[in-house]
Amino acid sequence: MTANPAQNINKKAHETKQATGSQALLEALIHEGVKTIFGYPGGAIMPVYDALYDYGDRLEHILVRHEQGAIHAAQGFARVSGNTGVVFATSGPGATNLVTGLADAMIDSTPLVCITGQVFAHLLGTDAFQETDVINIVTPVTKWAYQVTNAEEIPHVLAKAFYIASTGRPGPIVIDITKNAQLQLFDYEGYQKCFHIRSYKPKPEVRHAYIEEAAKVINEAKKPFVIYGQGVILGNAEQEFRDFIEKGNFPSAWTILGMGAVPTDHALSVGMLGMHGNYGPNLLTNECDVLIAVGMRFDDRVTGRLDKYAKQAKIIHLDIDPAEIDKNVKSTVAVWGDCKETLPLLTALVQKNENQAWLQQFRDCTIKETEKVIFPEQNPENETLTMAEVIKYINEITHGEAIIVTDVGQHQMVACRYAKMNQTRSNVTSGGLGTMGFALPAAIGAKYGAPDRQVIAIIGDGGFQMTLQELGTIMQANVNVKIIILNNQFLGMVRQWQELFHQNRYSFVDITSPNYVKLAEAYNIAAKKVDQRSDLKSTLIEMLAHDNPFLLEVMVGKENNVFPMVPQGRGVSEIILSKEEL
Amino acid sequence: MKQEYTITVYTENQIGLINKLAIIFTRRKINIESLNTSPSEVEGIHRFTIVINETEDVVRKISRQIEKLLDVLKVDYNTDDEIIWQEMALYKVAADVITEKVKVERLLREQGARAVVIRKDYVIFECTGQREEINNLIKILEPYGLLEFVRSARIAIIKKSDGFHNKVKEFEYKVPSEALVENEFLDQNEGIFSM
Repeated sequence: MTANPAQNINKKAHETKQATGSQALLEALIHEGVKTIFGYPGGAIMPVYDALYDYGDRLEHILVRHEQGAIHAAQGFARVSGNTGVVFATSGPGATNLVTGLADAMIDSTPLVCITGQVFAHLLGTDAFQETDVINIVTPVTKWAYQVTNAEEIPHVLAKAFYIASTGRPGPIVIDITKNAQLQLFDYEGYQKCFHIRSYKPKPEVRHAYIEEAAKVINEAKKPFVIYGQGVILGNAEQEFRDFIEKGNFPSAWTILGMGAVPTDHALSVGMLGMHGNYGPNLLTNECDVLIAVGMRFDDRVTGRLDKYAKQAKIIHLDIDPAEIDKNVKSTVAVWGDCKETLPLLTALVQKNENQAWLQQFRDCTIKETEKVIFPEQNPENETLTMAEVIKYINEITHGEAIIVTDVGQHQMVACRYAKMNQTRSNVTSGGLGTMGFALPAAIGAKYGAPDRQVIAIIGDGGFQMTLQELGTIMQANVNVKIIILNNQFLGMVRQWQELFHQNRYSFVDITSPNYVKLAEAYNIAAKKVDQRSDLKSTLIEMLAHDNPFLLEVMVGKENNVFPMVPQGRGVSEIILSKEEL
Repeated sequence: MKQEYTITVYTENQIGLINKLAIIFTRRKINIESLNTSPSEVEGIHRFTIVINETEDVVRKISRQIEKLLDVLKVDYNTDDEIIWQEMALYKVAADVITEKVKVERLLREQGARAVVIRKDYVIFECTGQREEINNLIKILEPYGLLEFVRSARIAIIKKSDGFHNKVKEFEYKVPSEALVENEFLDQNEGIFSM
């Protein structure tokens, strides 16, 4: 019998053990608490997959249908669990298929460690089969990318990778390992976690002077307004944040990625910011006197036209990434630091406040928006189904306890406008990059990240067709996700813009769909199609009670638009509630 | 207002760093006027000197993006007034020009140029100075026949710093020193970050 290398590892305890690079890699994952890997094998990563064969009891590997599916799944996993997502892919096309997911994870600050196989070191630069310059391709879209050619580097490089991915402002890491390093036997001296890199400062010591300065500005405010982003969630500072806004009674609005950090029904929650956000938060951004931004980066979709953004207000910006401070909006006081540390210090110094009249202004805006948009969207008078009423029923059935995974486009805006969320880490969507095709694989990952929670993927007919091959993954691993396709038979968001800003010139937005029910059935996934209001709620109930994955196609109005809207190039207070106001 | 800024970057000596730095500029369509990279006084730490023509706002943002790169230890940026800077240039001139035209030799000496190689067929002069001084010498030599010319990138010492040497030395320690973790972010808007 040939010697099993895994046994060799245990033979000489307390001594240096012989291990292959691949084994060292898998040991590293186990030491970092990894249980689930999303991946796809190939020639240059075969030694790792060979080693994985012996680790089946400790590491679960989900075979996806495309590497993009693997990385979006890892993103979904990381977003709901807070743990680092892990991806395996082979060299060349395997690695290049990760690029979209890397860019998405980079801009949305998602911790990932992606392991790519690479050709033998002696073949680097020779245009070998499936060789590509992975490091240079991924450098702009990773927090760190590193190539390993010697197995001895693997333990400490992996330790560094996990440390960098998860600390400070999180982000994706690529470790490219040549095949010789995967195969190489070396003296394995065990795994040591990394806690310090001299050229990397994940977070600074908090300076009290800035906290005091910020508190002074806030305490003088008559109309303070808090806007928050994913930083609150990434910093695990939901409670600290809640204490802060509750003490000062600050009206608080979220960016799309900050959604759910505080329950959407909280008395101080005033809605979503941005191009299709709520009326009040956008309008009153230009009326507040102090704008307190927590863990958000003033994306252009949030600010609208910058020279018309909150010009009257003093800006307090709390962020962990110094490159974000003064990048888009100049701050009056910048509080650089981890909001889990800075928020309690700030809370201690801010005065209790009522802000009743100010809060009432937000409520008045909500009343106006409800009357003009929300109520008619959720309770349409004609027979055509709307996306908003689908979300309304989901809220009624799940009571805001489900994880909502969305793709990109109209359905995403509608879902994020209307969904209720009681728990943090409930909203998984592609925010910064706007990646169509994100939702289906991300929902798979989300289910692995939060197996006890209901995971509902809400996807448009366009985005679904970008990554529908992952139905195969759902079939094979029986991933209990609920898929809702909101089918308007158009690339709806682009169509809306063509209608509003391009004189109804519908240029290549008319998209046909396959028979989704038959498609799902081909994958052995239960499915239904709804086009009548009378069937909608009962079918949603049936779907959510189903023990296995389920696909529901809902036919919605073809040419419905998402409002309110801050048209591009306008200020946030120029938000419109209907096409007529344009 | 756009003006010349010199960005000083201390980095780990890692493969691929020049690419990581370069893409920060290319992504924003900023042209690098001059780039020097060489080992610093501490083993394993390199010093980049980058010259660009931009507004202060852009330079500050870029410096923060550079500082954000893993493997970058420290970034600073300065206007020309805040630094002492030099470039070095080499000039190859035909030997007969020098031997026959006494004036040329006198001109070279006036400009502070120094002969580094003297051969039968040509002489190589070296001149160290600022952009205009070096350009000036090109102009002077051209009428007499300049065979070849090369200029180095800029190197610069920052006037106000009370010695980067000790700070760079601190990076030799594996554990973070007090200065390393200190948040001096808002102390001086122009000087960036901890060190």
